[in-house]
Amino acid sequence: MADLDLATFFLALLAGAIRVGTPFIFVSLGECLTEKSGRINLGLEGILVSGAMAGYAVAYLSGSAWTGVLAAGGTGLLLGLLHGAICSLPRVNDIAVGIALMVLGTGLAFFLGKNFIQPQAPSLVAIGLGDWSDDERVRSALSINVLFFIGVALAFALHWGLRSTRWGLMLRLVGDHAESARALGYRPVLVRIAATAAGGFLAGIGGAYLSLYYPGSWNEGLSSGQGIMAVALVIFARWQPMRCLWAALLFGAAGAIGPALQSVGISTGYYLFAAAPYALTLAVMFITCRPNQTLSGAPGELSLTR
Amino acid sequence: MSSIDRRTLLKLVGLIGATAAMPFSLARAADRPLVVGFIYVGARDDFGYNQAHAEAAAIIKTLPNVVVIEEENVPETVAVQKSMEAMIRQDGATLIFPTSFGYFDPHVIKMAERFPDVHFAHCGGLWTEGVHPTNAGSFFGYIDEGQYLNGVVAGFASKTKKLGFIAAKPVPQVLRNINAFTLGARSVDPEITTTVIFTGDWSLPIKEAEAANSLIDQSCDVLTCHVDGPKVIVETAEKRGAMTCGYHADQSALAPNGYLTGAEWNWETPYRAHVATSQAGQPMINFLRGGLKEGFVKTSPYGPLVSDEAKARADAVKAEMLAGGYAIFRGPLKDNQGNEVIAAGTALGQTDVVLESMDYLVEGVRGQI
Repeated sequence: MADLDLATFFLALLAGAIRVGTPFIFVSLGECLTEKSGRINLGLEGILVSGAMAGYAVAYLSGSAWTGVLAAGGTGLLLGLLHGAICSLPRVNDIAVGIALMVLGTGLAFFLGKNFIQPQAPSLVAIGLGDWSDDERVRSALSINVLFFIGVALAFALHWGLRSTRWGLMLRLVGDHAESARALGYRPVLVRIAATAAGGFLAGIGGAYLSLYYPGSWNEGLSSGQGIMAVALVIFARWQPMRCLWAALLFGAAGAIGPALQSVGISTGYYLFAAAPYALTLAVMFITCRPNQTLSGAPGELSLTR
Repeated sequence: MSSIDRRTLLKLVGLIGATAAMPFSLARAADRPLVVGFIYVGARDDFGYNQAHAEAAAIIKTLPNVVVIEEENVPETVAVQKSMEAMIRQDGATLIFPTSFGYFDPHVIKMAERFPDVHFAHCGGLWTEGVHPTNAGSFFGYIDEGQYLNGVVAGFASKTKKLGFIAAKPVPQVLRNINAFTLGARSVDPEITTTVIFTGDWSLPIKEAEAANSLIDQSCDVLTCHVDGPKVIVETAEKRGAMTCGYHADQSALAPNGYLTGAEWNWETPYRAHVATSQAGQPMINFLRGGLKEGFVKTSPYGPLVSDEAKARADAVKAEMLAGGYAIFRGPLKDNQGNEVIAAGTALGQTDVVLESMDYLVEGVRGQI
């Protein structure tokens, strides 16, 4: 009995890490890309919620979940573009713009999404990797959405791209030392706008995952601060895409641990486990952001480090 | 003319003005529509708690001489005090329905003390005479009757004899629902257990979906809940092939296969009562309760998986509840720690306020407060 419960518990934790962690992968990779170019986009929470709403609405109206995903990405792209463009004006603080974008994005999504709380949109289908098993639990844990695999592939692609391509080098240079980039003939402003827009696109897709797959419906409490947590996660991951992937899964597991523990009958201090993702964020910020310690790996042009 | 100085003139004008305005102002007072404010903790169309309230508020809107103002997504913090104050000062509301449990203490109590002419009809709190202001009051429905019937139907439908309950916070009403659901199921088969998961807040879709998946992984085959929006839970269970009992509102459209029945609110009844007393200028109804019999709650129609045997048993219990006097909580009753909570021979009627400070989970519930 106890063994079985433990096995199910770990299965639930793994499945939860993948289910809950997937939006973190997209949002943190997006933010990683943006920050590598030397800008922080704190508005990802707003982009995530807007993406979730737009994805759900378009999927409902068009009847196709994948059209919804594209619409979510498009919404994210536009909002990212907005952030990038405003921040390119002289004497504009990217953190302040990010906060404004967060409020704008969530407010717009709540306003426009009012009519989409009730209807049921088609959801994305999962790939049943566990169909070989007779155990319903294994099958459920291994039915994984294709977006997860896209996210993993993206992490590898970004890792390789940032390290070994000309584009990656340019992005890192712009993020580390804009003057050198300018001396080499690059245009930092354009690179940054493009990086922020691409980051917004990814965050939008993360939102679509929330509304179209898991938990799979649009409502106003959908994100519960995941966009903000993803920003902390990028710092935790030290601006490295592969570490973003692991950190995202870790945060996913932290979110899943509370329900998983209670379902096997361990319910002492469940409120502490419910706070696990937030406590983890705080711990990360405490460990990485002490004033006497420089952030290793931080892009030199970030307003955080400058 | 010179004998009338400025001071006398002002007095005269003031007197004439006051006399002239008197009949009109009295007439206006009688005609002035009653401004009723509704405050919701979440979105109005969440397929759950807030929707149940908003649907009843929509009916109140159609009453003659009533103006309804609504505000949604108001957290259970000092924010609700600001919302109430704005409704009173800016919109002239004289009757306010703060509909979420956590609004009562301290927010409603504070505002009721500050605005003694406004009626505060709070949903779910426990108004106590002598402790709380008389212009505040609480109304609530005995929805545990619906949860008990849910339990009876779930008890017949479950094959694994394991039920799951996804709850927001361990407050008395939630515990009472968990207990009633469990007692209903165990009245069918005493072997049945209910595993409870507390998510920590009224609306956390990801946690709720995770909880539903975890419970189904632990072979619970009927789920029910006490969160604000059961949509995610009902949908997740339907996807996984588990059965559900609804809560707050009818969710059968979300789960055409697995939806068994549900416990629903019918807030129209207490709303009408409060609006009528306010319009008549009568004192506040401080304590208003009712169950199936009084029309405060109702049940969803049975789904396709409910057996005839289950329907017969549930209908029989429901008939007893409708007749009045059916006691869900009867001694001897033990909590899940083994302590006796209701002595043998004691039957607590639904109206017993002791039940509204419930702080235990009955035998058969797997979980801790």
